[in-house]
Amino acid sequence: MPLYKEQGVVLRSVKLGEADKIVTVMTQGAGKVRAVAKGIRKTTSRFGARLEPFTHVSLMLYRGRGQLDTVTQADIIASHRNLRDHLGLFAAGETMLEETDNVAQEHERNVRLFLLLLSGLRALDARPADPVSVAESFLLKLLSLSGFHPSLTACAVCGAPDPTLFASGQGGAVCANCAEHDAGSASCEALRMLAELAEADLMGAGDIHPDEQVRREGRALLYGFAEYHLERRIKSLPLLSGSLAP
Amino acid sequence: MYEGPIQDLIDELSRLPGIGPKSAQRLAFYLVKAPPDEAKRLAEAIVTAKERIFFCRECGNVAEGDLCRICRDESRDRTVLCVVEEPKDAATIERAAVIKGRYHVLGGAISPLDGVGPEDLRVQELLDRVERDGVTEVILATNPNLEGNATALYVAALLKPSGVRVTRLASGLPVGGDLEYADEVTLSQALEGRREM
Ligand SMILES: [Zn+2]
Ligand SMILES: [Zn+2]
Repeated sequence: MPLYKEQGVVLRSVKLGEADKIVTVMTQGAGKVRAVAKGIRKTTSRFGARLEPFTHVSLMLYRGRGQLDTVTQADIIASHRNLRDHLGLFAAGETMLEETDNVAQEHERNVRLFLLLLSGLRALDARPADPVSVAESFLLKLLSLSGFHPSLTACAVCGAPDPTLFASGQGGAVCANCAEHDAGSASCEALRMLAELAEADLMGAGDIHPDEQVRREGRALLYGFAEYHLERRIKSLPLLSGSLAP
Repeated sequence: MYEGPIQDLIDELSRLPGIGPKSAQRLAFYLVKAPPDEAKRLAEAIVTAKERIFFCRECGNVAEGDLCRICRDESRDRTVLCVVEEPKDAATIERAAVIKGRYHVLGGAISPLDGVGPEDLRVQELLDRVERDGVTEVILATNPNLEGNATALYVAALLKPSGVRVTRLASGLPVGGDLEYADEVTLSQALEGRREM
């Protein structure tokens, strides 16, 4: 089947040659797909805005012999347009795209990841009061889905309640007896906030209003944990929490 | 992996934007096999450009001296600034001869996925010019894609307190295209930007 139909969310697009782009799409049925969109950078391209990141699209693709497929047709299912028009939503959405791109495998079906991304973008498109919390709740869910669910309310090693330390390498919060030497301290408020974000529905995550200091602490724990287990720096995170709000 | 000079050349070439390891290898072998003066001309062009081309201290565009041609031209209105991402965008708009004012080159667009934040762009320089030159209008001509749009939003928010008029190039139906091929996003932007006739 050289020609196939898929739906997916556009994760990113990178310029190729004079007028083309390579788009990376998280599809429902075929995992992450990288495909060439020919002529897309010309202002008269028939693709128009259909392959912009964040867009939920229905695609016709031509399976290439190498790593790259070719997009032959694209139609918008949902453009998630509010993410283009509000900086806070844009920054939160970008972290979702980057994290999905990090964990998704090419041509390896992962329907749950596709659906998680779609609910994350939908939640942002509904213009939540606090997009950063939605993005952090999304990250916790993505970690769980990838097998790195952080222990937050009990010691990751022995299961004792009310842990007071945190070690990414040991799987999250740990008690004083189990902690290895590189464990750092963690307040119960910060751990509780993260547990709440992990539990929350993505649509409701934007309504959790943690105290600013608790939030900073929880955020540092979460980002450290995510980068440790995903084994890479998440480039869009620094912009999420700070400098994009002028 | 190769040894010595050829690998050095491949490494250097693969650092260029848009050049992957495979293209770098192809270019390196092409250059090595090419006649000596061809490679030499390329090397000299790079060195000369590096020595002679500067970035205008006012607008950030390419210049042969301290100031670019446009910033040296006193007939160009300093109270209207057209903000673009790259020098090539300023050149494109300049070819159309539609801007009587001057340019401001940001040097890129906000792109969290590439680790490019506002602090990597010439935004403070823009604010300084707006204040110093009594600018009355800033036209945001960043690319009509996601990153260009985010950059425009960011710059517009920063300029808001100054009270200067901030406009954005309209996005809409491409001239010469057919309406039936327009996508929903382009159409809705075209509708928002409609005008009285
Ligand atoms: Zn324990
Ligand atoms: Zn200049």
